[in-house]
Amino acid sequence: MARPIHAVSLWLGAAISGAMLAIALLSLVWTPYPPTAIDIVHRLALPSARHWLGTDPIGRDIASMLMAGARNSLLVALIALAVGAGLGVPLGALAAARRGWVDELVMRGSDLAFAFPALLTAVMIAALAGPGAGNAMLAIGLFAAPVFARLTRGAALGVWPRDFVLAARTAGRGNTTITLLHVLPNIAGVLIVQATIQFALAILAEAGLSYVGLGTQPPQPSWGRMLADAQTYIFTAPRLAIFPGLAISLTVLGLNLLGDGLRDLLDPRLRRAR
Amino acid sequence: MARFLAGRCAILLATLLAASVLVFLVLQVLPGDPASIMLGTSARPDTLAAMHHQLGLDRPLWQRYPLWIAALLRGDFGVSYTYSVPVADLLRARIAISLPLALLAMALSVALAIPLGVFAAARRGHLSDTLVMGVAQLGVSVPNFWLGLLLVLLFSVKLGWLPAGGFAGPRSLLLPAVALALPQAAILARVTRSSVLETLGEDFVRTARAKGLSRAAALWRHAVPNALIPVITIMGLQFSFLLAGTIIIENVFNLPGLGRLIFQAIAQRDLIVVQDLVVLLAGSVIVVNFLVDLAYAALDPRLARA
Repeated sequence: MARPIHAVSLWLGAAISGAMLAIALLSLVWTPYPPTAIDIVHRLALPSARHWLGTDPIGRDIASMLMAGARNSLLVALIALAVGAGLGVPLGALAAARRGWVDELVMRGSDLAFAFPALLTAVMIAALAGPGAGNAMLAIGLFAAPVFARLTRGAALGVWPRDFVLAARTAGRGNTTITLLHVLPNIAGVLIVQATIQFALAILAEAGLSYVGLGTQPPQPSWGRMLADAQTYIFTAPRLAIFPGLAISLTVLGLNLLGDGLRDLLDPRLRRAR
Repeated sequence: MARFLAGRCAILLATLLAASVLVFLVLQVLPGDPASIMLGTSARPDTLAAMHHQLGLDRPLWQRYPLWIAALLRGDFGVSYTYSVPVADLLRARIAISLPLALLAMALSVALAIPLGVFAAARRGHLSDTLVMGVAQLGVSVPNFWLGLLLVLLFSVKLGWLPAGGFAGPRSLLLPAVALALPQAAILARVTRSSVLETLGEDFVRTARAKGLSRAAALWRHAVPNALIPVITIMGLQFSFLLAGTIIIENVFNLPGLGRLIFQAIAQRDLIVVQDLVVLLAGSVIVVNFLVDLAYAALDPRLARA
C-alpha cells in the first residue's frame, strides 16, 4: 500500500541531512569568515549583508561558526556511531551465533552499559583525562553500543533458524562465515534504520556535552558551546541563542525523518502498526 | 513467580556490584593525589602521609573497595576533599532539588504523552493525528537545554512571569521541568500511539466490540491498559535520559542540584564526590530498570512463567 506521508518524510529527511552534510563539507574549504577570527570592533553586529547572521560578543561571524559547528557535530557523532556500532554489532552477532553463556554475558554486559548514560561516562572520563571532543565520542559510543548489541542479537536470532542458514551449515560453513555472508546482510535494513536514529541521538548528546563543557573545547566552534556562550547574553542579545539551537534541531529532525522513512522502506513488518 | 523474582534480584545485585567496581577502578587509577589537592602543593610530607592515612589512601586497592562499599551501605559517603564536609550532607541538600525536578518532569511528560498518544491512535489518519505526530516529531528533535533557553527568553526575559534561574521555591522548578518534559513526552506519545494501534488490531478488542461495547469503551477498557505495558518499558529506559537531562538543565537554570555539584566536583577534582555521585546515579538507573522489569512481569504474567 502506498503511504505518501512516509515517502515525504524519507525525501525531506534525505534533503535536510544532505544539505547539512554539504554545509559541513563546504566549511572545510570555505566559510564567509574564518570561524575563529575575532573582530572586537564589529562585536554583536546584527544580521546584515556583511554578516548574514550577525556576530557574537567578540565579533566572530556566526554563520561561519555554525558552518564549522556542523562539521564538528557531524564528525563527533559519526565517530561515536562507529564506536557504538563497531562494538555492538559484532558482540550482538556473536551472542546470537554462540548462544549459551556467551549470549548471557553479552546481554548482562549491555544491561550494565545501559546504566551509564553518555553524560556519566563523560563525567568520569573528564575527571580522568580532562574534557574534549574525544571524550564525547567515546562516551556517546559506549552508550550506543548496547543498543546495537541488543538489536543485532534480536534480529540475528530471527535469521539463524531459517533454511538457508541450515543449508550453509550443511555445506560446512562456520559461525563466522554464516554470520558475515548470511545473517548480517539479512538484518542490514534494521541496522541502517537504527544507525540513523542513533546518529540523531549522538548529535543531541554531543550538543549537550559541549554545552556543559564536557565535549568540544574552544576555540573549535561547536553548536552546544555557542549556546552556552549565548546564555550570558540572554538579556542583551537573545538572538545569539536562536541560531545554534535551530541548527541542532534541524539536523536532528532531518535524521529522524530519514530514519522514519527508511524504516518504512526497509522494514515492511512495521508498516501495519504505524 | 518466586523463581523469576529470585533470578531478577540476583541479576540486580550482580549488576550493581559490577557497576560499582567499574566506577571505583576507573576513578582510582586516576593520576593526581587527593591529599595534595586538599592540602595544597606546599604541604609537608608528613602532613601528606597523615592525610593519606586519614583518607585510607595508604591501603591497597583491594582493601579500599570493600571499605568504600561498606561505608556507602551505612550511608557514609566519605568527606569531600574540597569542602571538608561529609559528602552525604552535600548530596542531601542537592537531591532535595534534583529529585522533585525529575519527578515533576516525569509526571508532566506522562500526563501529556499518554492522552495525546491514545487520541492520535484513535483518530488514526485524521488531520488531528497528523498534527499531533508532526508536533511530536519536532519535539523529539529539540535539545532540552535549548528548549530551556527559549522558555527563559519567553517567560522570564519577555514576559517576566517566572525566574530565569536560581532556586527560590517550587516556582523555580516549573520552567526546567517543562523543558525536560516536552522532548520526553514527544517520544512517549509516539510509542503510546503505535502501541495502542497494535492492540486495537488484536482479537480481544474485536471480541469486546462484538459483544456490544462502544468504540470508546473498547479503546479505554481493553486496548489502552494492554497498550501501556510496552510504554512502561520505554519510561524505564527514558529514566537514564531524564537523569542526564536533569544534570544538564540544572546548568541552564542555575539550580543548585546534583548537576551543579557534579561539575564543581570535576573542576575541583573532588574525586570522592564524583565517585559517589556516578555510582549513585548509575545505581538508580539499574534499580529503576529492575522495578520496570518487575512491573512488566506483574502486568503480563506470561513473562514470569516463560
